[in-house]
Amino acid sequence: MPASPSVERGAATALRLAVSVLLTLFGLLLATFLIARVVPIDPVLAVVGDRASAETYQRVRIELGLDQPLYVQFWRYVVLVLHGDFGRSVLTRNPVVEDIARFLPATVELATAATLIGVALGIPAGVVAAARQGRWADHAIRLVGLVGYSVPVFWLGLMALLLFYAGLGWAAGPGRLDIFYEDTVAPVTGLILVDSAIAGDWAVLRSALAHLVLPAGVLGYFSLAYISRMTRSFMLEQLGQEYIVTARAKGLSERRVLWRHALGNILVPLVTVVALSYASLLEGSVLTETVFAWPGIGSYITGSLLNIDMNAVLGGTLVVGALFIALNLLSDLLYRWLDPRTR
Amino acid sequence: MSRAAWAGQGWRAWLGSAAPNSRRQARLGEIYRFSRALMRHPLAAAGLAIVLLLVLIAALAPLLAPHAPSAQHLADRLRGPGAQHWLGTDELGRDILSRLLFGTRITLGIVALVTAIAAPIGLAIGCMAGYAGGWVDAALMRVTDVFLALPRLILALAFVAALGPGIENAVLAIALVAWPPYARIARAETLALRRSDFIAAALLAGASPGRIVARHIMPLCLASVIVRVSLDMAGVILIAAGLGFLGLGAQPPAPEWGAMIAAGRKYMLDQWWVAAMPGIAIAVVSLGFNLLGDGLRDVLDPKQR
Repeated sequence: MPASPSVERGAATALRLAVSVLLTLFGLLLATFLIARVVPIDPVLAVVGDRASAETYQRVRIELGLDQPLYVQFWRYVVLVLHGDFGRSVLTRNPVVEDIARFLPATVELATAATLIGVALGIPAGVVAAARQGRWADHAIRLVGLVGYSVPVFWLGLMALLLFYAGLGWAAGPGRLDIFYEDTVAPVTGLILVDSAIAGDWAVLRSALAHLVLPAGVLGYFSLAYISRMTRSFMLEQLGQEYIVTARAKGLSERRVLWRHALGNILVPLVTVVALSYASLLEGSVLTETVFAWPGIGSYITGSLLNIDMNAVLGGTLVVGALFIALNLLSDLLYRWLDPRTR
Repeated sequence: MSRAAWAGQGWRAWLGSAAPNSRRQARLGEIYRFSRALMRHPLAAAGLAIVLLLVLIAALAPLLAPHAPSAQHLADRLRGPGAQHWLGTDELGRDILSRLLFGTRITLGIVALVTAIAAPIGLAIGCMAGYAGGWVDAALMRVTDVFLALPRLILALAFVAALGPGIENAVLAIALVAWPPYARIARAETLALRRSDFIAAALLAGASPGRIVARHIMPLCLASVIVRVSLDMAGVILIAAGLGFLGLGAQPPAPEWGAMIAAGRKYMLDQWWVAAMPGIAIAVVSLGFNLLGDGLRDVLDPKQR
């Protein structure tokens, strides 16, 4: 029996998606490989030191595979990366993969908390702005959003520390936990909030929350700016449609029209917006983590940057890039899966 | 009708005429209508004002600044805002206001250079891809998509780390990650144009593909690219400031705003103004660009409202 046209179409779409994701990953690998090549440090000298003899230099050069043509070197690099070998960090002396596994959960915790804040505040703000289009509430929400697009995240973080930590004492300072709580909870997931809840250690949980609130709030503000803006424009599109007129005409309350009918219809595109915002928060966390001494992948990358620890920098770039691509793919798949029209 | 005939009705009527007699009248009328529309948009007008002020300050910085930007007075270090130093002094006793005023030159310079590199590259790639079609289009757009799908800030960071810190490398790195959206937009515009009659006419007249792209298509794609560039400028300013903050952008003693925040961080708890003032400057300037870009998009494309 021949496959139905819709199955065939689905297979073609899946194939196209797979090809595009593979190409993007290939591009990411190529970019990091080329970046490593333009570093003005001789990797051989870094190994042998500048007092080595010419023979030793040549021998190490061949051992490192640097005598091979570029495409062979690239191929070897790809094989190593696919085997999870990103080399060793000069700074921590650990394999980069181990370092990243240790630092990544902190970033995931931060970005997730920030996204929750952005969703919880951004969607209602967008709905209200659309409902009051052109009125002061709309302008106020728009301005709050535009400021979010304009303020440097690291500066906002510093000012938040100055005001809420040093000034008012409402939140805890830099870091993930108070010092005397560190390493008191056994890492299960690496997410301190989850781990301390599993262990039932509420003092640690409270300390972790107090430390999380400022960086998550700062990052969440940027997520809010994006989500509220997109929500507003999706809502405006819906509110102009005839079914809204019908709903109003048959006497539904304005609240029901807005929050059930219109919002219900934009949930699918909103899911993709939230996924994209999560991806951009992973990136935004680089600067935020530096300010809050948050021991995540962002701090790891910037710390390694300043010490020209390129294995660590490129490993971090690869992981964040791959997560970014995965989240983009996820938002695409969710859209296809949730929206009946694309089935 | 000659211009004299319009004299009784004034410049506005001449500019607003629906039936212009000359190319110049049509063009000036277009600019007039456009600026009227922009001015009716209060947020866009505010954005334009901020951007114009920024340009003015950059041009007149030596006249406006009360002190030399790098003059050190160690006896006056870390003074709070006051009559002598309106925004206070930094850890070397330099006047913060003067440094901010001179810093506009660095910020504007970075934005201008990034635009000058990224916009023509994006425009050329997009127009070529759109006009050529086929495998050229497919290949160029794949590359564009790959760049679009990668995290911009992190890639820029890695590039600067590899090339070495400094303002030139920061500009290069930002330009390298900034061009793909322009290519996408230019391609979309080109696809809409390539079947037009005037392109067919140019072809019949014997114009080469290169000439058609460069002389007939690229100028018409420029407007949409400019809108996108103005929307991106705030992002460029923020990335540049972020690189400066991490010590990868402009190097001291250059009065770059991001680097100034990084320097002020050490004294933040007691001398907040050293870190706070440059941040406000960055926020105001990128807000100006955001407002202007938003307004331009509203005015040029009513669909987006």
